[in-house]
Amino acid sequence: MAAHFSPAANRPGLWRRVLRRPAALVALVILCAILFSTLFLPFFLSADPHATSPDTFLSPNAAHPFGTDLNGRDVLARTLQGARISLLVGFSGTFVSLVIGTTLGLLAGYIGGKTDALLMRLVDILYAIPRLILIILATFALDPFLKTWLAPIQEGRWIGYTKIAILILALGCIEWLTMARIVRGQVLSLKTQPFVQAARALGQSHTRILIRHLLPNLLGIVVVYLTLTIPAVMLDESFLSFLGLGVQAPQASWGSLLSDGANAINPIRSHWWLLLFPATAMSLTLLSLNFLGDALRDALAE
Amino acid sequence: MLAFLTRRLLAMAGVLFCVISLTFFLVRLSPGGPFTRERKIPAAIEQELLARYHLDGSIWQQYSEYLSDVAHGDLRLSTKYRDRSVNELLAQSLPISAVLGLSALLLATISGVWLGSLAAVRQGTLTDTSAMIGALALISVPTFVTGPLLVLVFALWLRWLPVGGLNSPVSLILPTITLAAPAIASIARLTRTSLLEILRAPFLRTARAKGLSESRILYVHALKTALLPVVSYLGPLSANLLTGSIVVETIFNLPGTGSFFVNAILNRDVFLLGGVVIVYCVLLVSMNLLVDIAYTWLDPRIRLEN
Repeated sequence: MAAHFSPAANRPGLWRRVLRRPAALVALVILCAILFSTLFLPFFLSADPHATSPDTFLSPNAAHPFGTDLNGRDVLARTLQGARISLLVGFSGTFVSLVIGTTLGLLAGYIGGKTDALLMRLVDILYAIPRLILIILATFALDPFLKTWLAPIQEGRWIGYTKIAILILALGCIEWLTMARIVRGQVLSLKTQPFVQAARALGQSHTRILIRHLLPNLLGIVVVYLTLTIPAVMLDESFLSFLGLGVQAPQASWGSLLSDGANAINPIRSHWWLLLFPATAMSLTLLSLNFLGDALRDALAE
Repeated sequence: MLAFLTRRLLAMAGVLFCVISLTFFLVRLSPGGPFTRERKIPAAIEQELLARYHLDGSIWQQYSEYLSDVAHGDLRLSTKYRDRSVNELLAQSLPISAVLGLSALLLATISGVWLGSLAAVRQGTLTDTSAMIGALALISVPTFVTGPLLVLVFALWLRWLPVGGLNSPVSLILPTITLAAPAIASIARLTRTSLLEILRAPFLRTARAKGLSESRILYVHALKTALLPVVSYLGPLSANLLTGSIVVETIFNLPGTGSFFVNAILNRDVFLLGGVVIVYCVLLVSMNLLVDIAYTWLDPRIRLEN
């Protein structure tokens, strides 16, 4: 509740208070390490994530630190490539949800009345239906349209990326619910405060009040829930890719790599490295993001 | 109460109608039909197949006929599993998914509440910290990592439990644990936060002043109120378990409804897909209704009429 009434968000020292927690510090370090290796490590590696070779199912060794898969591809290179896709979908999907959630939350809270009631009913309904199932339906129905639309552009070189684009849009369009609720709650308490009333008495326009006075005060709480939305979107994406309904081969994300890994666990021979390395990378990322989000939320409430 | 129930049932019918229509149009209007194969089949045969499954004529005609069949309880034939009706396929697979989902729900609620209250009572101790770090870890690790890992350890190395498939009730142990794991963690976190807030409430001071025992205060007075957020979380939780069961059934090769859902999409099996979506929606909406009713029992301040 304390977070509700908080210029604390903008008080200096929020980051210092967050980083005083050892768990948050470790999470931040791990997160930076993963981000940096995802971005820069592929340039220093000789292995191509798509290059097949006759060396199938090699266990981890000096040449292939994470081993090789069914087609003799280097698992380290593939894990890094999967990381790029997973992080891309996670961050961009969250950005889409941020735009939708903040806008609708701001409007609902500020206008109030019927608009508020209508938007919040919509949120309630969306909470109550199996959203991932709608996402799956939407990706399958929209993918062919986007493919035909993109086919003439630059000799169809973007066709391989349609699934990813649709995933980003669709996941962003369902993960905004919590953000909208929280922003609305915050706006409801902010708009009764003297500085907003003063701005109104001075005759400032609604747009100016929304953008110059309310939005900056929402920043803290929005950042917290942003940190918690990224892992949620990444989890959803990997869920779809695991079922074979998300990112399509030859592209890979952590979800599709884990699906290969899960298939490689069988009573005859278990190729554990196919599961272990992508699983560790993904779990560490999600865990760090969640830890960081929790620490931010606690620091905000202090 | 009666007015409340009627209103909710009407809303449920509305949601169902929207979801059925959405599913039907999304599948039928996107390119590629249920009989599109690599090798082209003769037009006459395809026409005959389409007519047999009532997929010929204009889209509105197909849609209105389908709606009227659904309203009469006939979910039609599956286009992939030829000659088998969707009703039959669902009747076969639903009990498996229901047992899996319900046992995961029970496991998650009981162990989650227990762990959460343990952590709250011992706030700040090592038990509390490790329980909460463990809970966050369980939320972060996806089920399709925990599932194969559990198989690796308990089925392949220790050989205590079967790898997959459904031969005896024992086969359901690993899937239930896998499905329940993230839910246990969420409920534990929720219980802890809510109990910590309640433990400071004045009515507990009154209870203490009356001379009630600490355990009675905790388990009867505090926990009953603290469980309110947990109860309201059961609605979204069942949605998570529902989607989670799709993955868990895939990992463990269980012949449940979730596997039909994935196959129906890949095969553009419009009626099977419609059937599964209807079942899922009915389950979820009824679960939310039950949660609302349970809420009024636990908290006498809430009235359904509002």
